[in-house]
Amino acid sequence: MNYETVIGLEVHAQLLTRSKMFCSCSTDYVNAPPNTHVCPICLGMPGTLPVINKKAVEYTIMTALALECTIPEYTKFDRKNYFYPDMMKNYQISQYDAPIGKGGCLAINSNGHQKKINITRVHLEEDVAKLLHRGEYSLVDVNRSGIPLMETVSEPEISSAEEARDYLIKLRTILRYLGVSTGNMEDGSFRCDANISIRPAGSKELLSKVEVKNMNSFKAVYQALKYESKRQRKVLEEGGTLVQETRGWMDEKEVTVSQRSKEYADDYRYFPEPDLPPLFFDRAWIEEIKARLPELPEARKERLMAQYGLPLYDASILTSSRAMADYFENCLKLTSPDKAKIISNWLLGDFSRLLNATDSDIENTRISPGLLVELLNLVDKGTISGPTAKAVFEKMFYTGKKASDIVAKGKLSQLSDATELNGIVKQVLANNAKAVADYKAGKQQALTFLTGQIMKATRGTANPAVVREILVHELGGG
Amino acid sequence: MKLSRQQVEHVAWLARLGLSEAEIEKFAVELSNILENFEILNQVDTADVPPATHAVPLQSVFREDQSSPSYPQSDVLANAPKKEESCFKVKPVLE
Ligand SMILES: [Zn+2]
Repeated sequence: MNYETVIGLEVHAQLLTRSKMFCSCSTDYVNAPPNTHVCPICLGMPGTLPVINKKAVEYTIMTALALECTIPEYTKFDRKNYFYPDMMKNYQISQYDAPIGKGGCLAINSNGHQKKINITRVHLEEDVAKLLHRGEYSLVDVNRSGIPLMETVSEPEISSAEEARDYLIKLRTILRYLGVSTGNMEDGSFRCDANISIRPAGSKELLSKVEVKNMNSFKAVYQALKYESKRQRKVLEEGGTLVQETRGWMDEKEVTVSQRSKEYADDYRYFPEPDLPPLFFDRAWIEEIKARLPELPEARKERLMAQYGLPLYDASILTSSRAMADYFENCLKLTSPDKAKIISNWLLGDFSRLLNATDSDIENTRISPGLLVELLNLVDKGTISGPTAKAVFEKMFYTGKKASDIVAKGKLSQLSDATELNGIVKQVLANNAKAVADYKAGKQQALTFLTGQIMKATRGTANPAVVREILVHELGGG
Repeated sequence: MKLSRQQVEHVAWLARLGLSEAEIEKFAVELSNILENFEILNQVDTADVPPATHAVPLQSVFREDQSSPSYPQSDVLANAPKKEESCFKVKPVLE
């Protein structure tokens, strides 16, 4: 039988507020010693009173609006009751039936087609404490407890591991554009759980749903969902039955393993949080937040294509991070619009290559947009050759120096003087008699080799057009 | 509405309360009485009344996003029955 995969994703993102969700402890806990960002409120002491962080609500509203959700006039917090050592109060303050955002959507690209994934809800809750496992016992560090945590739940409309990955990347890009979360999966500030099941193709009925946890990178999400959709098909093909369960992804073994599910785990007995008065949103506040939303990646991509005539590929990569898109447009403020494609080529080519090689971000680069534009102007004026520009760029990348200074100091100005080049060409030809003979015997590649030798002799500064002219002349005919 | 023995045991388990045989019998009666009283309240026609979630007439109470110093680590851990590596020490948790 032919089966199709059905996936729903739950994404938790820590919000970039200064203070925690319900108390004024600092959120800057990542490198702090254990239990140093803690007060009676986030420690869950009886008799303490939580107070809602306005910024966290604002960030959640921003996200909900960016995901085209409806923001109801009324929302509230609820207690989710469970016993686990990561939860100091034995309940987590979350939102049950009145989330901040409802009914949105996110467009993804699957195999070149646009597909809309509906968003069920966006709600706000508090993060829990961190458990350290020591085998015989466990340790609890409460620093993370109470960090604002925003949960985005998709409808089960994702049909493959590829789509799931694209959804996650799109969602993370939006959160980063909004500046509400770092979106880092590696340090746990962006986490994803998945519900995955299969069903006979075309049918509506879902088979037993498996919840997959412990996926700590985009790669892990992709691999785990790929593995799980294969595993479920295999179970059915071999005549087995699927059971509703929670499975954990094992990174090293690249398999999912059934986790002993907590008995009555879903009996959370939600009830309205009596310590937090409900929220009634002023429409003017929502409108004001909406007006402040930055241009979102999808809209920016379309605009870059329309405004600068960039290909879809360039516009997609440039807008995949707000910093990259900002950098691109800051360059264009300093030069003419017809330079858009050249700047894009630099950003997508050498710049990205060096950023990757040094594991750094464009936010922290030493090459300001002004410096890059200055380099391009030197190429334009013929002061330096294309190959020299690449070398100068690399020096700029590591030192942050001006292109004109590097060129002056390294005597890298483009060599276009025919007399001087003539001498060098003659020397190279004399040293490479075999290549000359090969060329005369009809081997075109020999010309490329000889050009390469001349560029080498001039440290890449020779003007390629002049070199070609002299070569053709020296070798007789073209 | 009469609560069954299993329902009482389930509720006790959810609250992590260990009940003796006598207590299970006792609470089955007492909890059933409470529910019966709610059944009387249920007879009131509330079709036009929005559900109330809070008893205090307050709404939209926020604090600004400002951080202030937390408690000293020694105070945080002062009441911990067991501690190690500046953490609360608890029974092993299966992940
Ligand atoms: Zn606190």
